[in-house]
Amino acid sequence: MRNRGNFAAVLLAILLVCCGALILSQNVSAAGEGKITGSVKLDGAAPHMKGIDMSKDPYCSKAHATDPAHLETYVVGANGELANVVLYLSEGYNGNPLASTAVPVFDQKNCLYTPHVLAMDIGQTFKVTTSDQTAHNIHPNPNPMTGNIPWNQSQPPGAPPVEKSWKAPEFIEVKCNIHPWMHGWHAVVKGPYAVTDASGNYTINNVPPGSYTVTAWQEAAGTQTQKVTVAAGGAASANFSFKAK
Amino acid sequence: MRTRSQKWSLLLGATAFLALPLASSAQLSTYDIDARLGTESHIGNITGHAKDAKGDYRRYCVVCHGTLGDGNGESFPWVDPKPRDFQLGIFKCRSTPTGTLPTDQDLFDTIARGLDRSNMPQWSTFTKQQRADLVAWVKHFSPRWVNEKPGTPITIPPEPEVTAERIKAGRDVFARVQCWKCHGVQGMANGPSAATLQDDLGRPIAPFNFTDGSRPKCGETDQDIYRIFMTGLDGTPMPSFADNIKPDEAWDLVFYLRTFMSQKSKEKQMAKQLALKPVDPNAPAAQQ
Repeated sequence: MRNRGNFAAVLLAILLVCCGALILSQNVSAAGEGKITGSVKLDGAAPHMKGIDMSKDPYCSKAHATDPAHLETYVVGANGELANVVLYLSEGYNGNPLASTAVPVFDQKNCLYTPHVLAMDIGQTFKVTTSDQTAHNIHPNPNPMTGNIPWNQSQPPGAPPVEKSWKAPEFIEVKCNIHPWMHGWHAVVKGPYAVTDASGNYTINNVPPGSYTVTAWQEAAGTQTQKVTVAAGGAASANFSFKAK
Repeated sequence: MRTRSQKWSLLLGATAFLALPLASSAQLSTYDIDARLGTESHIGNITGHAKDAKGDYRRYCVVCHGTLGDGNGESFPWVDPKPRDFQLGIFKCRSTPTGTLPTDQDLFDTIARGLDRSNMPQWSTFTKQQRADLVAWVKHFSPRWVNEKPGTPITIPPEPEVTAERIKAGRDVFARVQCWKCHGVQGMANGPSAATLQDDLGRPIAPFNFTDGSRPKCGETDQDIYRIFMTGLDGTPMPSFADNIKPDEAWDLVFYLRTFMSQKSKEKQMAKQLALKPVDPNAPAAQQ
């Protein structure tokens, strides 16, 4: 009887210590998370982006009456700053899906996708909205062998947002069949990610300390990688430079 | 010597580069597929067995759908629309929501119905058992049936009585969700986006023409038409409207679509009496 009591007490103690260690370790890792920053440039002259003829849909062409629409394969600043490049940890990240509750939004605005490239974590919920007074159909076309299944939903004017998530890492092309020029990307990656802004800059937040391979992905120029080491609470840097293809 | 090795590495690189798209299209081998020969289908109280369909498939289906079920049979270059790639598990005719696998019954019905305006005939001469076996065989080509369950079929409420009001309401739905963008204001497949449509594999595809006597690919009853626009035809530009058309409105739209069709119908007569005009594609969205 007494033995059994002792045993139970020891078990309880072990359990408490374990729990404590677990909580502590989580706190430590949360406090120690660092980041990776940098910028992405395009070497040489920016490729010419063709204009888009939207005359088949008067709503779309009217929306671009003063600001003509162009293809967005390369969005380049005056000094080669490259936007819409996805940066993620292709090696070294073994953590869980991000605890982030942020819901990335993919908007259909003036018959284009805003943003042109939407990055997200595996399993992260995203929203597809429409700001347009013309009907769209939102039609991502992943490879069903990866576990991401293609779907196709209508969004007439005033339609409610479509909420979905993707199961596996993949760069998924998104199209609207009604407006064949509409073309965007869902960049599904594992763990922390960032997309370059108009100045070509990025910051990947919530990176636990460790050594990683950072991959930069551009829809036409391809991918590049760099090794970085992030110290607890520190910031690492990785700059990339692409050549237009 | 160095230049030769350089040449070789270049050649090797080029071969690898050319082979890359082949590998990335995730082509399954006979070995992968044979591992699933035990696949079954369940239609009512009939159980289909994949292994029992081997003979029928070889005799009747393989010429288009191919030995690996990838739609790359001997006739592939000569038929349009192209044969279905069973490995992807993506099907037009489903009772289940967009992005989900069809039910066994859906595949069973498709085999019997055939697909109008394609090379897929009606296989109504098969016994039910043969068809059930073929359904299991079709499923065994795709690993998706191992990892996923078919979607839950959409609910179709009982069909209401056709009235003039319902036909007019259907015209409003047709204008609001802008079916005419592809199908045209009179259902003649001549909407502004009709000419540029492509299927998921980037091949040209035409919208359904309601007026030339064609039968809808996924069945011609009122329930079938309801199901087509509420589930969408996966693999094609036709999206699902389930989020944007309420069940009651969906029946209104079915009745309005009937007014375009050349087949005689109550709806067609009523539309004549109503002297309904086609919707105005230039009206602002809010006023349609």
